[in-house]
Amino acid sequence: MTGNLLIVLFDGLAFGMLLFVLSVGLSVTLGLMNFVNLGHGAFGMLGGYVALVVTREAGLSFFLALPAAFVGAAVVGIACERTLFRRLYRSGELNQVLFTVGLVFVATAIATFLFGTGQQPIQIPDVLRGSVEIGGLRFGIYRIFLIVVALAVTAALIFGLEFTRFGASVRAAVDNQRVAQGLGIDVDTIFAITFALGCGLAGLGGALAIEIVGLDPTFAFHYLIYVLIVVAVGGLGSIGGSFLAAALLGIADVGGKYFVPELGSFLIYLLMVGVLFWRPLGLFGKR
Amino acid sequence: MPTKSTLALAIAAGLTWSAGAQAQETVKVGVILPYSGPFADAANQLDAGIKLYMQQNGDMVAGKKIEIVRKDTGGPAPDVAKRLAQELVVRDGVDIIAGFALTPEALGAADVATQAKKLMVVMNAATSVVTEKSPYIVRTSVTIPQVNYAFGKWAFEKGGVKQAYTLVADYGPGHDAEKSFAKGFTEAGGTIVGADKTPVANPDFSAFVQRVKDASPEAVYIFVPGGGQPAAIGKALSERGLTPPATRIFGQGELTHPEALESMGGNARGIVTTFHYTLEREEPLNNAFVAAYREANNSRSPDLFSIGGYDGMHLIYEALRKTNGDTSGDALVEAAKGMAWDSPRGPISIDPETRDIVQNVYIREVQEVGGKLQNVIIDTIENVKDPLHGASN
Repeated sequence: MTGNLLIVLFDGLAFGMLLFVLSVGLSVTLGLMNFVNLGHGAFGMLGGYVALVVTREAGLSFFLALPAAFVGAAVVGIACERTLFRRLYRSGELNQVLFTVGLVFVATAIATFLFGTGQQPIQIPDVLRGSVEIGGLRFGIYRIFLIVVALAVTAALIFGLEFTRFGASVRAAVDNQRVAQGLGIDVDTIFAITFALGCGLAGLGGALAIEIVGLDPTFAFHYLIYVLIVVAVGGLGSIGGSFLAAALLGIADVGGKYFVPELGSFLIYLLMVGVLFWRPLGLFGKR
Repeated sequence: MPTKSTLALAIAAGLTWSAGAQAQETVKVGVILPYSGPFADAANQLDAGIKLYMQQNGDMVAGKKIEIVRKDTGGPAPDVAKRLAQELVVRDGVDIIAGFALTPEALGAADVATQAKKLMVVMNAATSVVTEKSPYIVRTSVTIPQVNYAFGKWAFEKGGVKQAYTLVADYGPGHDAEKSFAKGFTEAGGTIVGADKTPVANPDFSAFVQRVKDASPEAVYIFVPGGGQPAAIGKALSERGLTPPATRIFGQGELTHPEALESMGGNARGIVTTFHYTLEREEPLNNAFVAAYREANNSRSPDLFSIGGYDGMHLIYEALRKTNGDTSGDALVEAAKGMAWDSPRGPISIDPETRDIVQNVYIREVQEVGGKLQNVIIDTIENVKDPLHGASN
C-alpha cells in the first residue's frame, strides 16, 4: 500500500512538472509583465513542432531538439512582441485576451496547413524509454527526466530573477516603468527579453509534452485550461508558486483518479475552486 | 416545433422543385463533417476517402453529375449538424446527405433526413443506435458492438483468457465498447475483474494503469478515442511492466494506429486489437487502395474514416445506378438495402432489415514485419452483424 502511495505521488509529481514547464512561461509574461497572453499554448505548440522537425526531418537527437524548441519559440516570440504584442501593453485586458485568442486560431490554422491535422509522434532516445526498478517499484525514466528538467528550470529562473542584475531590472521595470526608465533601465529591451523567455519556456514545455500527451494542431487550446489553472492557483508572477501549484495539482489529479476514479478529472477543478476561495490571489499571489 | 418543420419542408419542397427544374443533370451530395476543431483529422481522412473514390470513378453516374457540397460543424455539435442538414436540404437543394464522423451529429441530423425524405449515408458514427433513428439512414462504417462483442467471445475461446479488466473512455462509444466486450467475454465464460472509466480528454493515464496493475488481471481491455491517447496509455502500461505476454492487452483498432505504434515502439508488440479495416491486409484490392490513397494524400495512410468515406461513396454511386438516377430517398434506400460488394476492407453488405453494415471482423496482433511494427491479422470472424439491432425489438 505504501508502495502504491509512493508510485501515485511520483506519477502525480511528474504530471505536475509537465504542467509546470508548460505554464511557467505564462507565469513570467502574465505575472511579471501584466500581459494576458492566452496565446501561450500556441508557443508551446510551436516548440513541439520545432522539436518534431529537428528530430524527424533533420535526424538530430531529442536532447538537441529541446534547446532548439526553446530558441525557436523565443525567436518567434520576440518577433511577435516587436511587431504585435507591444502595441497592446497599455490597452485593456479584454483587448489582450481577444487578440491573443485570435492568435491561437491563426496558429492552429498554420499548423494544420504545414503539418496536417494528424497526431505527430516523436522519437525519444532509448535511454529515456522504459522504467527503472527501485525497491520493487517501477519508475518511468521519462517521468524522472521531466522532474529533473522542471527542477533545473525552476532553479535557473529563481536564481535569474531574484539574484541577478537582469532580474532586478525586470522587477523594477514591472513595478514602476517610468521610474525604472528614469534610472536608465532600458524597459523596452527588458520587456522584449522577458517575453522571449516566457515564449521559449512554453516551447520547451511543448517539446517535453509530446511524449506524454501527443501533438496536433489543437494542442494550443487543449492545454490552455491546465496552464491557466496552474498560474491562477500559484499566484501571478511567482515562479515558486507555479511550481508548488503544479506539483499540488498534478498529485491531486493522479491521486484522485487512483483513489476515486469516479471523480475522474473533476478533482483538479475542485481543488482550484477551493484554493481560490481560501486565497483569491493564489498560493503566492501578491497583487 | 411541428409547424416550424412543416414550414421548412414546404420551403424545401418549393426550392428543390425550382432547383430541380434548372439543374436536372446534377446530383448534389451534402457532406457534413467536423472539418475544423478537435475532430478535424477524422473529417479530413474521411473526406480524402470521398475524394479518392470520385477521382477513381469519375463524377458521372447514371447520366448525372455528382456534386459535393461540404459543410463544417466545427466539432461535436449536434445542433449545428442539424442546422447544416436543414440548410443543405432547403437552400442548397441537395439530394443526399452524407458524412457524419460523430454519433451526436448523426443523431442531430437524423430527423431532417426523415422529414425531407433524403437518403442519409453515415460514413463513420459508430454507435449502434444511429441507423434506428431514421428509415433513410444507411451506414457504411462500423458499429462498436459489431467489432467488440465478437472480440469478447474470441478473447475467451481462442485467446485463452479467463479474466480481464476493462478500461474505457467515459463517453458513449467507450460505454458501448465496454458493454459489448464484457457481454461477449462473460457469455463465453470469462470474468470481468474490474472496470474503470477514464475522462474523455485525459492527458495522463498513470493513475488508471496503476489500478489495473493492483488487480493484476490476465488481460486488460482498452478503449480510448484515437489521436494522442492510444500512445499515451500504451506507454503508461509498459512503464509499469504491463506488457504482453505477461499481461495481455486487448483493444479496438484505434489503439494501434500507425502513429501510435511509432510512438509506442517495441512495447506495442503483442497487443491484440479488433477492427473492420486493416491497413496491412495483403489483398490486391486493398493494396491498390492504399497505394492510391498514399499517392493522393502526401503518403499519409488511409484509416477507418477513409474507408468509411470511400465505401459510402460507392454505395451512393451504386444506388444511383440501380435507380437509374432517381434521387428520391425512398428509391435510394430500397436500392441500398441488401447491396453487397468487395471493399478494400473485405466483402461487405448492407443488411436489408437494419440498413446497417455487415462485414468481417479482423483480430490483429502487433508484430514486427521487416523491422517495422504493424497489425498482423491472426484471425477473421466473417460476416458479423451488429449484435444490438433487433435486441430491443
